[in-house]
Amino acid sequence: MKVWKYSGALALVLAVVFAVPAQAETVLRWSSQGDALTLDPHSQNEGPTVTMSLQMYEPLVGRDSSMKKQPALATSWSLTDPNTWQFKLRQGVAFHDGTPFTAADVVFSFQRAASDSSDFKPNTKGIVSVEAVDDFTVDIVLEMPNPLLPDQITNVFIMSKAWAEANNVVEPQDYKQQEETYAIRNANGTGPFKLELREPDIRTVLVRNDEWWGLSRDPHNIDRIEFRPISNKATRVAALLSGEIDFLLDPPLQDLKRIDGTSGLKTLRVNQMRTIFLGMDQGVAELRTSNVKGKNPFADLRVRRAMYQAIDIEAIREKVMRGLSIPAGFVVPPGVNGHTPARDARLPYDPAAAKALLADAGYPDGFSVRLDCPNNRYNNDERICQAVVGMFGAIGVDVDLDAIRKSLHFPKIENRETDFYLLGWGAPSTLDAQLTFLLLTHSKGEWNPTGYSNPKADALIEALPIELDLDKRNAKMAELWKIVQDDIVYLPLHHQVISWGMSDKLDIPIVPNNMPQFRWARLAS
Amino acid sequence: MLPFFVGRLTQAMAVMVAVALVAFALFTYVGDPINNMVGEQTTRADRDKLRESLGLNDPVPLQFARFVANAAVGNFGISYRLKRPVDELIAERMPATLELVLISALVSLAIGIPLGVYTAIRRHSLISRFILTASLAGVSLPTFIIGIGLIYLFAVHWGVLPSFGRGEVTSLGWWSTGLLTASGLKALILPVTTVSLFQITLILRLVRAEMLEVLRSDYIRFARARGLTNRAINFGHAFKNTLVPVITIAGLNIASLIAFSIIAETVFQWPGMGFLFIQAIEFVDIPIMAAYLVMAALVFVTINLCVDMLYFVIDPRLADDASTLPVQSR
Amino acid sequence: MSGAANDPGSAGAGAIRRLLDHDLVYSFLSSPLTVVAAVVTGVIFIATGLAPWLAPHEPFNPATLSLMDAFTVPAWMDGGTSRYILGTDDLGRDMLSTIMHGARISIIVGFSAVMLGMTLGVGLGVLSGYLGGWFEIVVMRLADIQLTIPGILVALLIDGIARGLLPREQHADLMIYVIILAIGLSDWPQFARVTRSATLVEKRLDYVAAARLTGIGPMTIMIRHILPNVMRPVLVLATVGLALAIIAEATLSFLGVGMPPTTPSLGTLIRVGGDFLYSGEWWITLFPALVLVTLVLAVNLLGDWLRDALDPKLR
Repeated sequence: MKVWKYSGALALVLAVVFAVPAQAETVLRWSSQGDALTLDPHSQNEGPTVTMSLQMYEPLVGRDSSMKKQPALATSWSLTDPNTWQFKLRQGVAFHDGTPFTAADVVFSFQRAASDSSDFKPNTKGIVSVEAVDDFTVDIVLEMPNPLLPDQITNVFIMSKAWAEANNVVEPQDYKQQEETYAIRNANGTGPFKLELREPDIRTVLVRNDEWWGLSRDPHNIDRIEFRPISNKATRVAALLSGEIDFLLDPPLQDLKRIDGTSGLKTLRVNQMRTIFLGMDQGVAELRTSNVKGKNPFADLRVRRAMYQAIDIEAIREKVMRGLSIPAGFVVPPGVNGHTPARDARLPYDPAAAKALLADAGYPDGFSVRLDCPNNRYNNDERICQAVVGMFGAIGVDVDLDAIRKSLHFPKIENRETDFYLLGWGAPSTLDAQLTFLLLTHSKGEWNPTGYSNPKADALIEALPIELDLDKRNAKMAELWKIVQDDIVYLPLHHQVISWGMSDKLDIPIVPNNMPQFRWARLAS
Repeated sequence: MLPFFVGRLTQAMAVMVAVALVAFALFTYVGDPINNMVGEQTTRADRDKLRESLGLNDPVPLQFARFVANAAVGNFGISYRLKRPVDELIAERMPATLELVLISALVSLAIGIPLGVYTAIRRHSLISRFILTASLAGVSLPTFIIGIGLIYLFAVHWGVLPSFGRGEVTSLGWWSTGLLTASGLKALILPVTTVSLFQITLILRLVRAEMLEVLRSDYIRFARARGLTNRAINFGHAFKNTLVPVITIAGLNIASLIAFSIIAETVFQWPGMGFLFIQAIEFVDIPIMAAYLVMAALVFVTINLCVDMLYFVIDPRLADDASTLPVQSR
Repeated sequence: MSGAANDPGSAGAGAIRRLLDHDLVYSFLSSPLTVVAAVVTGVIFIATGLAPWLAPHEPFNPATLSLMDAFTVPAWMDGGTSRYILGTDDLGRDMLSTIMHGARISIIVGFSAVMLGMTLGVGLGVLSGYLGGWFEIVVMRLADIQLTIPGILVALLIDGIARGLLPREQHADLMIYVIILAIGLSDWPQFARVTRSATLVEKRLDYVAAARLTGIGPMTIMIRHILPNVMRPVLVLATVGLALAIIAEATLSFLGVGMPPTTPSLGTLIRVGGDFLYSGEWWITLFPALVLVTLVLAVNLLGDWLRDALDPKLR
């Protein structure tokens, strides 16, 4: 035991010798629930992954902290003909490994983002070709006119062609290779931070890119970023409360009060452009998980209305969301083009009326169905589901809850294997409701597993992209909104509010897409 | 010596083969590995091609042989969740777990043995009774509750110790250690305490039981009759004779500590193998589960083998009867 | 002897008589801590066993729940109500009722797991002790092997395999059986070892030889004569095992691979409540934790006393 004691003392001495911190380095330590799945910027289109990419990689067109488009690797862009967008590229920019950035990298990156194993194919949709006009000019040629193209490509990150070729990562990682690709744990962008260390699920260390072109525009003072994910909620909060981290991306809602009440800590909140809602399969002949056979209760508008009126959204707001939600009338959040404040109203909460409607529809004793719910995607998603299950139970509808992680939940919706599900929908990349209507309410919408099919709505949706007059377009959206609202295609719940917890020494603007960018951060010592 | 050694070695090999079979069965029969590897959009033809190229259509014994051959060189394929080679992941996490386990083992032995000896010698003293009753609390408090409580008190309430992670680690070649920095040492305190409490109780009770047994034996009575001092009897004879079971305890202790570290690693977000394993179970990440199983079994088998060998060296008579000696409780 | 053997009730009654003879009762009454532990265990067992009838609320009936009641503080605090003595959880469920139901599941799982481990272990132990030969070698080596792997790991592994094999939809319904199986199967070697060595001792005794000579079959000898005599150490093991099984279940549930939140055990309640540890709603996790610790401590105290009382070596 003596030996042990001495070795401990020795260790302490060594610790003192080695642990002297570099002078006046500003280190930002932060955490959130999950780690980026990969550092490959085209492999996974998923919040934490894109957030990590945003620190190291840059798109042509970026966004500022108020979510307005802002020049990134392109200094300007314009339509040269209705089907062609031309981008002027920034000169004198180098990747982290020193290779200069040119149009060839842009052409390569768009090809890569459009390849089979890329998760960013939707962002390159409608692009016929990307052509280098000269070293610093690029033309993006489209199938048909798209005024929103610059918005659409704000998450298409630019990689170095030479680096990708040298490291054999010309395509995003594909499982079939059965091996790890270089780009998963290495990064070489043009962005404000460089990768120093990557230990997936444990920690990721980024250091300041002193050569970054944008330092004068975004004069951050962060020298080093240490990210360590903490999956356990209580441990995560404990880490913030005890001052072990400076920034927490996803403090649990119930802990915001405590964080605010702790000296040296603060929270920021902003309305996120995301709406949480429930979808019902109203199109199939018979529900898969119901005790009602031979017919589909959700096909009856009265049943959908009963379900709607059974939801006490105020109780959810107060008890589940701790006040951090805005009850929603439809699946388009405020701040998105197409949101009509006057129509963002709900049917009243009225369990008695709901029961009467059910009886009227021929289900006086209710029916049973399963609710599919993610448990790691939205703020308190599983709790919301538990709460509505109770409320449906109160009007006699026996709902069996299956709460699972998002990677299992989303395929159920995509493959149309669910009767009743919870989903959140936002429009953060385009800030326009057109895609929302197209994907969620068009009879062929990729994210419309409800079987809802209304030719009138379909016609209006199809007319949206060709309508270039903004007022007429908005009028069409308002009309569309009324139709799908009257048909009760979805049971809207609320617009999500996001909150960040942090040390009050940290100054960073909160953004509605929930992706912090540390180039906007300043940390007082 | 040789037959004993060969026997034990054969048994160890048998265990490893059995474990490999279980691990292989995991791969083959639990979940479809193809579905775990490819995206939803992959066509049937592509799936079949992949299945063929991975050798999943070969006869089962051939697949098993290939699995063993791969496992023998540490190749367990690629993690479904983290998309990285499993052997690399395990190697990365192993130092964290082993440091936690070894230090916890030392701590629980350093506290458990003296307390066990004391409570055996002073059987009826008030302090002994108190220690014994209090130690019951050690086995009655679930490890995870201890961990949560410690975080609440020491990290949040008093803010003196870190609540998660390993602190600053230093790389010594492929081994990463938290023992060389102040923050790394501080980060060890709470997890080690959490893991040790249960073990201290177990060791205390086992040492006490062994010691009492020896003290009752005839030759101690003779020694007493001969007029030897209590001190000489207790430490010169009795304690020396409890050394054998203590070695067993110490060895097997490490095995069960590896299991207990899973809980502590989850509570403290300790980046070790146990945490990796728990996440693998949650995500049905078979390659990691299989690899962890084989690795853990290898460690357990090795420890057992060493313990048996030590036994033989200390007291050859015991070798035949090794299996009836005290084993760790769970 | 043979007359007694023909009476089916006598073996069991004899065992109980043997257990209760001499100073067992005396030693129980002379240890106040044990009496307290017994009372506490009894109260918890009765309260949870009768939870469906005794609980003041129906925590799993959505029709009786109101989300607006969520996070009600315990009755003795400001804002508390006598309707919810221990307050309510995040879904408005009465804590007291939820805990009663949760502890019920914990105890059912613990009890069933020990029964499973005991039946398996004692059965194999008696058989291998009595039969000997290759059967004994195989069983005992198996026990050795499993004993080298910590129980919680075996349980985790069985749990993980079951998760992979069972269809997702049935997880919630089948989880309780999976956990019983997982803990029970991780538990049998200890019983097998103890039973085997006790059987070896009994086998050599005259009365077994006598019984054998009178032409009684080996099955009858094992069940009627040997089994009752190995019950003492088994009873001690079972009591300690119950405490360990309850902890094991709570640990699995805490790790998120045990009972689902829809049918919560104490471990699940502690895990779910842990989210509210720092937000001021401490009662959601503290009360289930207290009940768990009290229950396990009480059972452990009983086991301790039982060991001292039944194992004369340590007295």
